[in-house]
Amino acid sequence: MQEFSNTSLRTGSRLRRLVFPLLMASALTACDKPEAASASNKPAADTPHSGGTLLVAIDTDPNCLDPQQVGNNNSLNIGRQLTDSLTDQDPQTGKIVPWLATQWQVSDDNRSFSFTLRDGVTFSDGTPFNSQSVKDNLEAIVAMGARSSLASTYLKGLSSIETPDAKHVVIKFVQPNAQFLQATSTMSLGFFANSTVKATVDARCQGNLVGTGPFVLKTFVHNQKVDITRRQGYQWPSSLAQHRGDSYLDGIEYRVVPESGVRFGSLVSGQLDLNAGVTPQDEPLILAKKLPIIARTNPGLVYSLFPNQSMPLMADESVRKALNLAIDRAALQPILSRYQAPASSVLAKTTPLYQDLGSQLKYDPQAAENLLNKDGWVKGADGVRVKGGQRLRFTLTYWQSAPFIELVQQQLRKVGIDIQLDKAPIGQVIARQSSGSQEVEFYNLTRSDPDVLRTVFDAGPGGRNVNKRAANQIDSALQQSSQTLDNDKRQRLVSDAAKGLIADGDAIPLVELATVIATGNNVHGFRYDASSRFQLYDTWLSPKS
Amino acid sequence: MTDKTWISDNPIDKINASGPRVHWLVKRVLTSLAVLWAAYTLTFLILYILPSDPVTIMLNQGEQSTVDIAQVNALKALYHLDEPFYIQYAWSIWDLLHFDLGRSIVSGDPVTRLVLQALPPTLLLALCALTVAIIVGGGLAAGVSVLPAGRLKSAFLALPSLGAALPTFWLGLLLLQAFSFSHAWFPAMGNQGWQSLVLPTLTLAVPTAAMLAQVMNRSLAEVWRRPFIDALRLKGASTAHLLWRHVLPNAAIPLLTLTGMIFGHLLAGAVVTETIFSREGLGRLAQGAVSTQDIPVVQGVVLTAAIVFVLVNFVVDLLYPLLDPRLGSLSAGGGK
Repeated sequence: MQEFSNTSLRTGSRLRRLVFPLLMASALTACDKPEAASASNKPAADTPHSGGTLLVAIDTDPNCLDPQQVGNNNSLNIGRQLTDSLTDQDPQTGKIVPWLATQWQVSDDNRSFSFTLRDGVTFSDGTPFNSQSVKDNLEAIVAMGARSSLASTYLKGLSSIETPDAKHVVIKFVQPNAQFLQATSTMSLGFFANSTVKATVDARCQGNLVGTGPFVLKTFVHNQKVDITRRQGYQWPSSLAQHRGDSYLDGIEYRVVPESGVRFGSLVSGQLDLNAGVTPQDEPLILAKKLPIIARTNPGLVYSLFPNQSMPLMADESVRKALNLAIDRAALQPILSRYQAPASSVLAKTTPLYQDLGSQLKYDPQAAENLLNKDGWVKGADGVRVKGGQRLRFTLTYWQSAPFIELVQQQLRKVGIDIQLDKAPIGQVIARQSSGSQEVEFYNLTRSDPDVLRTVFDAGPGGRNVNKRAANQIDSALQQSSQTLDNDKRQRLVSDAAKGLIADGDAIPLVELATVIATGNNVHGFRYDASSRFQLYDTWLSPKS
Repeated sequence: MTDKTWISDNPIDKINASGPRVHWLVKRVLTSLAVLWAAYTLTFLILYILPSDPVTIMLNQGEQSTVDIAQVNALKALYHLDEPFYIQYAWSIWDLLHFDLGRSIVSGDPVTRLVLQALPPTLLLALCALTVAIIVGGGLAAGVSVLPAGRLKSAFLALPSLGAALPTFWLGLLLLQAFSFSHAWFPAMGNQGWQSLVLPTLTLAVPTAAMLAQVMNRSLAEVWRRPFIDALRLKGASTAHLLWRHVLPNAAIPLLTLTGMIFGHLLAGAVVTETIFSREGLGRLAQGAVSTQDIPVVQGVVLTAAIVFVLVNFVVDLLYPLLDPRLGSLSAGGGK
């Protein structure tokens, strides 16, 4: 198997990596039944049926469960099951489809969105969901401000919410707002009953969450578990759901299992049904046990280098362009998870309006060297380039588990660019990034809408402008793309912006992130939503073999 | 007790000898408060100088978020994180004096509730591990002490060093592999039922037992060599009688002194053990809070651990007279 040839690159991994494979191989032969055989022999396993509790292992305490507040995946994967959204987004096509809203109209200037709400929807405390619920929830999100880390950004520029009657709601923005429709499909803009809306932000975090969803929250014990149970009489799944009525599962128990070896061992020994934190090292072992691995590329911004052009080194365009030319992305594949891929644009391929820009990302070290030579960067005795006494050297601070960055470091070293890697805890990395003195930043950002480009790169007033560059024609493309819902027009603007960002060296795309989970053979109907987060309404369990 | 040559260098004797019991108590309580204050202040200082802040971490969990700086600053102001060090510290002490440990910055949960919820499982685990460690470690040491010198004795004497050298992390995973993943005898995770307590207890007990056995070995060997043991033996006392009635009680005194330290060691070991076995507890709470720089929670955990530590040492001091009547007679001001 190809993956095992990579073990030498992972010699730094911990002791358990040596202990587990050896012991597993001998101890767990009972689980070795091929899935294909059991599927054809047991037709019962093909028919969805009710019953059973799904045991899910997550790696960290979700801390806060309110999907309107949080931004971390573990919390969002729980929150999705508790509440529904106005719309849903087809993960295949990126199309926005009905959910709690049966239909909607967007005004020509893309500032006004009117939704017609579904009849008969109630919160789990029995109170009805209506236009006033929409208004109250969205206004509460705006009022939460920074505590609502994703949702409040989706509602930026909200001017008014009108409720002409219980079934209709009109949401208006100051500016044209093309991203808003996709935002209505996220759990971040999911709905909660009046009791929740009126509760304090802290109480909501701790589980005062009465939603419309197919599951209701039962218990939340920090660092331990979150229990949710089936809502009886649920009748309003998304139009993308595979069935109607109550969820198949009696409940879902999310257990916090910080140690990856324990998550792996517990899944293989049947003490867990779903491991939501599969490490790349676990993948070959899980596959060897013939357990299903389900992966999906996260939409949005891929893992990239973002040069800060307020620093002299990165203000130099030839340096930025040389960075792009000197990285051999195809050579990164062997150390990636088999479910990850080298980037082919600044957007991941699961993002709506993604376009393959691989031709702009070709490996050409000679061109990189020529560019740097022409610009006066001369290779010194140690192979690192120097210009006017300054060495072509910078430090990259990061916290992610991203071993491929070490290979990138080696590739850049070949053309005389010296990156110092500094892996630090997330808090320190973010603090350094906020200080604005980092030459280059490194991260990804999940969002199933191309507007993610504008939120990060916009150099216009109020824009985040990660590169600290002067505004240019890229920004007008970004701003226009956020103002039109015309697909062809928006596609052209998004592609123009993406091309421009790569060509100018504002983004050096590296690798697409993927969400990777593993399940027992008894788990069926697991789905990712368009943002690669869990949708467990259709999930069902067959008896453990 | 017939052993008149034993001279205690325990500080209590000196304090007891120098003044009345009340004086000792007051002094003891004041030192305890000073220890608690020092632990609290030191933690505050360390968290303050770390180059980050909990608000940024909270808003950026998992990935880079798009929250703007103005919003971050508004939140910082809400938690008084934009104030200078001494103001923040003063507020924190003021709240503490009102028995208010504040709220978690990450989850908003009251710290008191988080700590009170996490403390019992950790104490239970620590007490179970301590019990097992005393039985296994003490038993091993006692057994070895009566063995005739030879290869077997040397082998047993080497066991504690081996036990102390085993990494807790590795031991825990090995136990899981053997008794949970391969043979489903015990659950791999959680706090439910006595079954879930077995493997974590063993994991935590092994290094503790090793530590105990090492101290006991030396202490027992020393007591066996005392002249009064020889005298009793000449009078016809059996080895078993000597061990139970004379050697063990004498050898246990230095062990009691160590108990406070052992308890601290157990609380520290709980961080690793609770993480491996996905258990709720003070260790896991601390680990999570440190990684998110949730200052109020870290403060709460440190303070709680310090209180437990101080209390255990206090109880140990009160227990001395029970094991050694001479200490009791001093504090009671009379002879027996």
